[in-house]
Amino acid sequence: MMFIRLSVFFAGVLAALFLGWAALVGVPGVQIAAVPPQPDLRPYTFEQAHGRQVYIREGCMYCHSQQTRPQGFGADQPRRWGRPSVPGDYFYDQPHLLGTMRTGPDLLNIGARQSSRDWHLAHLYNPRTVTPQSLMPPFPWLFEERAAEPSETVVHGRFVANRDGLDLIEYLLSMNRTYPVR
Amino acid sequence: MSDSLLPLRREMDERAALPVLLYFGTGILWLLAGTVLGVASSLKFNAPDWLGSVPALTFGRIRPAHLNAVMYGWASLAGAGCMVWLTSRLCQVPVQWRGCLIASAALWNAGLVYGVGSILLGYSAGVEWLEFPLAAVALIALAFLLYAASILRTFSLRKVDHVYVSLWYILASVVWFPLLYVVANLPIYSGVVHGVVNWWYAHNALAVWFTPVGLALAYYFIPKIIGRPLYSYYLSLLGFWTFALFYNWNGVHHLVGGPVPNWLQTISIIASVMMVIPVLAVAVNHHLTTLGNFRMLRTSLELRFIVFGAMSYTAVSFQVAMESLRSVQETLHFTHYTIGHAHLGVYGFLTMILFGAMYYITPRVARWDWPRPGWISAHFWLTAAGILIYVGATCWGGFLQGRALNNPAEPFTDVVELTRPYLLLRTISGVLIGAGHLIFAALFAQVLRRMGPRREEAVTP
Ligand code: HEC
Repeated sequence: MMFIRLSVFFAGVLAALFLGWAALVGVPGVQIAAVPPQPDLRPYTFEQAHGRQVYIREGCMYCHSQQTRPQGFGADQPRRWGRPSVPGDYFYDQPHLLGTMRTGPDLLNIGARQSSRDWHLAHLYNPRTVTPQSLMPPFPWLFEERAAEPSETVVHGRFVANRDGLDLIEYLLSMNRTYPVR
Repeated sequence: MSDSLLPLRREMDERAALPVLLYFGTGILWLLAGTVLGVASSLKFNAPDWLGSVPALTFGRIRPAHLNAVMYGWASLAGAGCMVWLTSRLCQVPVQWRGCLIASAALWNAGLVYGVGSILLGYSAGVEWLEFPLAAVALIALAFLLYAASILRTFSLRKVDHVYVSLWYILASVVWFPLLYVVANLPIYSGVVHGVVNWWYAHNALAVWFTPVGLALAYYFIPKIIGRPLYSYYLSLLGFWTFALFYNWNGVHHLVGGPVPNWLQTISIIASVMMVIPVLAVAVNHHLTTLGNFRMLRTSLELRFIVFGAMSYTAVSFQVAMESLRSVQETLHFTHYTIGHAHLGVYGFLTMILFGAMYYITPRVARWDWPRPGWISAHFWLTAAGILIYVGATCWGGFLQGRALNNPAEPFTDVVELTRPYLLLRTISGVLIGAGHLIFAALFAQVLRRMGPRREEAVTP
């Protein structure tokens, strides 16, 4: 006894996958792809784009989201993490870094919230020097030990940020979607 | 069962031996690697500065390395080995195209070494569940297609009229997964659409590959070991088609509250709740088949793992239906609860069933019985206790974390402090689980090396 014809079985199985794809990816894909970038959103500079690569490489997204929820849904608004994000805020993001964990705070607007380069430098070298309770990892390999130029910031007495570290901070500082949605 | 089947079973097991043991053996190596990476990731939460100056061992690299090692390594390889054996048994023909399977195991492992190595060395593609660079993806996709070819070939030569429910899941998975895997890995998405594709994939990888593997095994082994027929054939039919229909639509519940269209979140939530139907169908079928035979759990260690897995499936599925609701997701999203939920599914359900199936299959294909039954029992209790503590700690801790996050009066650092004891418990449970894995790996090695008393003939069909 055959449960149904095999061709029908495979057609059904493929149709099920296709339906899910069409509903979840196809239709919204067309809908969202038609959304233009927010007019005040700027494309990443070379340094920021490289910093974003460092962010990916070090897996910051496994602890930090980049999406802000609306008033009345969670405490993103009272915590002042930024207005609810919209698809046009992510126009230049490839890959996306929306994230699903908030072991650390949301970073979509960290550039607006924390604009001090020096703070970021000290925090990245070892977060516990800035926030003792933090369980964020240290990133000493974004720094090197050498004599600093006058324009450079020294952390822990003898370390200055290398290219990766500086560009990562450029990226963090660029994270600012506080412009009004248009 | 009539004795006339014995010679055929012998032949089937003999032909299956090499590919199955290859998938199992390398799968177990990835299980060990994945466990070390997982426990180390957890330990990093308790001691963030531990190994803090080694780039390859930073949390943000070993955590995705853990996920990929256990999903595409352990669960996929062990699962493929089980499916190969099961397809042969259910079709009553020896495994076909063994060369494909051996090449598949080799390519699969090459892809894994390349992929996991890339993540650790800083070349992650940066998308959860899809971190592997394209070259590794290509190797694994090819490996899967070779595996699928062998399965379909064996199926096409079947000597039985009835296609048992386990085979429906196997057949569906071999056409579903390659499509899903390739479409999701195309480097063409960006922005929010990419996020949607990401979670459509990550949830569907469970729907089209990992869960079918677990269910195919549960559907086969529960009636087989207990020795009575499946409670209801029609329920399994209903279960299969509603599963195929609804599971595909679930993924976007990972983005509830995010910058995706509202209607999209809503249909995903509805589909997640509809999943109650296939889950109930499977649960009723499995649990009613087991009912009245609980004493078998004392005598059959394989069954113990598999029934634990089947119960976890019911639990984890109700968790999904509840968790995807907006009001619940508001609290639990972004917290350790999600991690606990994922482990209940992939470990409590899938991995426990894989253990049970491998305890059944290995001695048959290796023609050597497990030398130390007491160790199997120890493996069961260590992993069962470990995963229960794990899920308890992360789910409860995650719930408290979510409530605190949603209370704007609570400073963020207090939220961090609040989770600490639960994160410590998680590491402890990880160590228990790891101890169980060491026992399992040692037992497997002992069978391969034919240690213990010679009991070849004692292995029943
Ligand atoms: C293991 C989880 C974890 C990882 C990985 C992680 N962080 Fe964090 N991060 C935290 C926690 C917890 C906090 C809050 C405590 C603190 O300020 O250190 C935090 C805070 C921050 C803050 C300050 C946010 C604010 O609102 O003040 C920034 C900026 C930041 N992290 C950037 C990064 C970057 C960049 C990376 C990757 C290079 C990263 N984090 C990786 C856990 C993590």
